Amino acid sequence: MDIAYLALIGAMLTTATPLVLGALGELVCERAGVLNLGIEGTLYAGAFVGFVVAGRSGSAWAGLFAAVVTGIVAGVFVGLLTVSFGVNQHVAGIGTTLLLIASCDFVNRLLYGGGSVPQVPKFSLLFADVPVAAQYLLTYLTFLVVAPVVFLVLRSTGLGLRLRAVGENPEAADAAGISVSATRYAALAIGGALMGVGGAFLSLAILGSFTLNITNGRGWVCIALVIFARWRVVPAVLGGLLFALVDALQLQLVITPQFAGVPREVMIALPYLVVILALALSGRNVRYPGAYLQPYRRT
Amino acid sequence: MARGLPRLVLRGREPRWLVPLLVLGAVVIVFALTAGLIRGAGANPPAAYQRYLLTPLSGTESLTEVLLAATPILFTGLAVAVAFRAGYFNIGAEGQFLAGAVGASVAGLYLGELPGALAVPLALVLGVLAGVVWAVVPALLRARYGIDEVVTTLLLNPVALLLVQGLLNGPWSNSSSGFPVSDNFGAGYDMPMAIPGSRVHFGLVIALALAVVVWLVMSRTATGLRVRAVGLSPAAAGFSGIAVRRLQFRAALFSGAIAGLGGAAQVLGVGHQLTTEVSGGYGYTGIVVASLGALAALGVVLVALLLGDLTVGAQNASLVLQLPPQMGQIISSALLLTVVSVLVLRRYKLALPRRGT
Repeated sequence: MDIAYLALIGAMLTTATPLVLGALGELVCERAGVLNLGIEGTLYAGAFVGFVVAGRSGSAWAGLFAAVVTGIVAGVFVGLLTVSFGVNQHVAGIGTTLLLIASCDFVNRLLYGGGSVPQVPKFSLLFADVPVAAQYLLTYLTFLVVAPVVFLVLRSTGLGLRLRAVGENPEAADAAGISVSATRYAALAIGGALMGVGGAFLSLAILGSFTLNITNGRGWVCIALVIFARWRVVPAVLGGLLFALVDALQLQLVITPQFAGVPREVMIALPYLVVILALALSGRNVRYPGAYLQPYRRT
Repeated sequence: MARGLPRLVLRGREPRWLVPLLVLGAVVIVFALTAGLIRGAGANPPAAYQRYLLTPLSGTESLTEVLLAATPILFTGLAVAVAFRAGYFNIGAEGQFLAGAVGASVAGLYLGELPGALAVPLALVLGVLAGVVWAVVPALLRARYGIDEVVTTLLLNPVALLLVQGLLNGPWSNSSSGFPVSDNFGAGYDMPMAIPGSRVHFGLVIALALAVVVWLVMSRTATGLRVRAVGLSPAAAGFSGIAVRRLQFRAALFSGAIAGLGGAAQVLGVGHQLTTEVSGGYGYTGIVVASLGALAALGVVLVALLLGDLTVGAQNASLVLQLPPQMGQIISSALLLTVVSVLVLRRYKLALPRRGT
């Protein structure tokens, strides 16, 4: 069987970028004690707003900036619901996702009338002629800057310590003088910003345009990756790469003669099934952050 | 909190008038929030709300369309409510609904003519089984290994849609149509009509009967009491001798069965053929219906009817006022978030600062 290994690795890194960004964003939220099921909607809104702003301004960077702002707003919105109001986190997150996707589709329909959407300025590849190294700048930043920074901030800074404290034991954190709600808002804003970038990567790097259902469940994959990684940064990055590898592999297998008889849909479903399998094998009786799903109120 | 400002403090008992008042307040807030979007889309908000809420109720034909639109979300709303009540967060009603539609399609496409009134019940049973099959893996993983059901049920939703697409592009593809649709089902696989001369099919009657069953079981039986106990506090329920994991496992399968039945009823009652659009988010809307309906059978019925009204109104407004139909989903999800938020406030009262503190 002929597999183009270099192309496979290159595709893996590109596909993994939005997943790693989303998973790191979710990880930051969950380490602070908030399950952010708004992630699917935040990725979607990041992709859509990034696309619209890039088209209007003529600059992919402006689109990326707008996506970051969108992600922060979405994170703060989830914070308002879950931190300030203490709404059930499952309901708040799913509701936010539904609201964001419906709003984006609504505006999309108003702007483009449900017809074809335009191509917008997109990011170009660095080292376009070199196998594997031909990647977008955002991919380099994700793996070489964002992931290490999130790792170090969580492990070795005051902010990281406070963030983990309010996620593990908010009563103790509060008694130590840490503002639980401010820290959780900060986590949701940072996490939302990362998700916004992940979404914008789909529209501004991979596609250079926008399609309905552009995220296609990637947010849910990110949530699975966080559990798979047991809320640790390095395994989350590796998990994202694993999913992306399976995804890139299925794209290659589809065009391989030996697999010509296998329906395309089976291949596309493969990565989702691999994630469930990985969870079944590794996710047994994991220890969740101590204050997972718990709103905090002083009593 | 700065001294001298009024603050929220826990109240002892909530007065009876508070909840209706808060829900009404939430509706006003949602109208105010969405008015901007409607105006931005070039329509007049009061006229739009009239289209969304009142126009569908103004004629017999559109009233039956409201009932038709309410039917699938009645099923998914009940499915989600049953699971959530037991503390099992089944977010996979979408996939289970699609699986149910596939199950019923197996009967409609392969079993051919059957004697008498056997065809539709058999197809419905296949739908139920398919829904259970789609729910069983996450339920098992949760019961056996404690693996979070939210993620696994969510991930199976796109897989179910891929299953439908794969069948329609492959073995079930309809050669005479350019679209990914199956052949029409054989004779006898049409759900009987519930209201003559309308599109409302017998699935509505089944869903309402199911709502009564759920209400009876939840409020009048020991099983219902156990389910509610587990949902409120799994630890306390476990200490009192309830087999928490087994009960959640059964609730998960029952939830999948209801969603699967909904998918089967939809495909037999409306399309009479399988299409990729057979669900279009009914499973996710079910979460809105169940949560807004306070996870109670009567609440689910009322909210499903309200959202049915909104759906028909949104289609109408899209044709007449050129307002994109997604406005219906925007209103329903905004309503969900606003209502659950204001309901949190009912536990608090405003305390004015005392002098000298």
